[in-house]
Amino acid sequence: MLKDITIGQFFPGNSIVHRLDSRFKIILDILYVVMLFVAGNFYSLAVAGVFMLIIYMLSNISFRLIFKSLRPIFPIILFTCLLNLFFIKGEGEPVISFGFINIYMEGLTTSLFMTIRIVFLIIGMSLLTYTTSPIALTDAIESLFSPLKKIHFPVHELAMMMTIALRFIPTLIEETDKIMAAQKARGANLDTGGLIKKAKALVPVLIPLFVSAFKRANELALAMECRCYRGGEGRTRIKQLKSGVKDYIALVIFAVVLAGVILLNIYIPILGL
Amino acid sequence: MEGIINTENLIFEYSIYDENGDETGKNRVLENITLDIKEGGFVAVLGHNGSGKSTLAKHFNGILLPTEGKVLIDGIDSTDESRIYDIRQTVGMVFQNPDNQIVATIVEEDVAFALENLGVEPKEIRRRVDEALKIVDMYHYREHAPHQLSGGQKQRIAIAGIIAMRPRCIVMDEPTAMLDPKGRKEIMATIKALNKEHGITVILITHYMEEAAQADRVIVIDKGKILLDDVPKKIFSEVELLKSVGLDVPQATELMYDLRKSGVDAPSDIIDVDECAEFLFRLLSDKEQK
Repeated sequence: MLKDITIGQFFPGNSIVHRLDSRFKIILDILYVVMLFVAGNFYSLAVAGVFMLIIYMLSNISFRLIFKSLRPIFPIILFTCLLNLFFIKGEGEPVISFGFINIYMEGLTTSLFMTIRIVFLIIGMSLLTYTTSPIALTDAIESLFSPLKKIHFPVHELAMMMTIALRFIPTLIEETDKIMAAQKARGANLDTGGLIKKAKALVPVLIPLFVSAFKRANELALAMECRCYRGGEGRTRIKQLKSGVKDYIALVIFAVVLAGVILLNIYIPILGL
Repeated sequence: MEGIINTENLIFEYSIYDENGDETGKNRVLENITLDIKEGGFVAVLGHNGSGKSTLAKHFNGILLPTEGKVLIDGIDSTDESRIYDIRQTVGMVFQNPDNQIVATIVEEDVAFALENLGVEPKEIRRRVDEALKIVDMYHYREHAPHQLSGGQKQRIAIAGIIAMRPRCIVMDEPTAMLDPKGRKEIMATIKALNKEHGITVILITHYMEEAAQADRVIVIDKGKILLDDVPKKIFSEVELLKSVGLDVPQATELMYDLRKSGVDAPSDIIDVDECAEFLFRLLSDKEQK
């Protein structure tokens, strides 16, 4: 049962989006976030949205996944939507007036605008994790942050920690399953009762899990030492991150669309639309 | 003194502390161990739990340092900190639990780990990783995640991660203890291939007598001292001595021992199943003729 948890939601594939350099993908994703926040009206937002849909089509990721990625943050979307709806005061008469609640036209547009923006934001961010393996992401983060080594920020150590964490998630999940089965066999009641009772019932599962995790850490450190691990200095990698023409083309396309969004921002109000 | 690993009067002890953190005494784990491991050999180290066999193994690549005496690895003193990575490259070490030795999330990246640490060129890493994976017969699994593999396969990946460094000697600390019989067989076949085909010195720490019987030399450790050190046939003929220190003998030897006790003229140097079967066949067909 616990084994069904998928960590990182990577969907392997061989599309052009999958094959982009993971460092570029992170930068492009940041550019996309910038694009969404720069977009000041519905037209420029629509351009950003269509652009994202085109990338989704290129990546061969099923559109159903878009809805899947939105489901967990639905409460946040709803909250933002309602907050904007109720608390923005416009200049004209309220469109709807219900007791002390007044909804203005401005509130309606802003709330719609904000909602669309958040939805696009989530869709864009999840495309990164859908098309990039957690390892590639870790490598990209290590590479992108490497200038920080100059100010003694432990970049390599953080990346190594992330790799080891990813490596041990399935192992520890399996172990948790075993411990739960063992405790159930001794009469532990893990499934019934309220939230607090359930949380308390987890203690006999968590303690052995922690003890074993410490033991594992100790042994792993020993094994790493035997394999001459001595930190990030002078370390080489079997897989070098390679950026090619396609990555730069992608960057240019993003820059052009970003410029388009900015232009729309400037000219649409001038045209008075 | 030309062996790959030499120990001279090796003594290892650790201090015991009481609840207040004051030293109350010392626990001596290894007592005057003098050993000479020849290059290319297959040595098994036997001993029951707490005999000090794992502690001894950890001295072979500088994980633990002797309290007194000396450990020389290919002529390098293990206390020489400036050459610790030379030592670890010469003597690789494989542990009991394969899960706790695998660092990376992909098989080939894990095998590459040691080479990455040593700063080998990426192209050379690729070559050596492929070579190591082929030696342990795991090349087809190079892009799998470790948790998709069986215990025996995981242990073979851990071995590949060591042999990618091209060590001259591998110390294995009970590498089969957590495996099922199938995995155990796989690992023993791999160990033998490493030793016979690739000339790597193997030191196998084990408590399985059948595994020790396959070595060229067996060292029996009891209470931190070397009790016996000889070829397996000689070692296992000492059935009573081994039993007195809590060890067993291979089942074939045990059977011969029981036969001897009940008056059959059975040899004491039979240690594997084939020899045993042959002897029994001869014994029974002789009887029939009479």
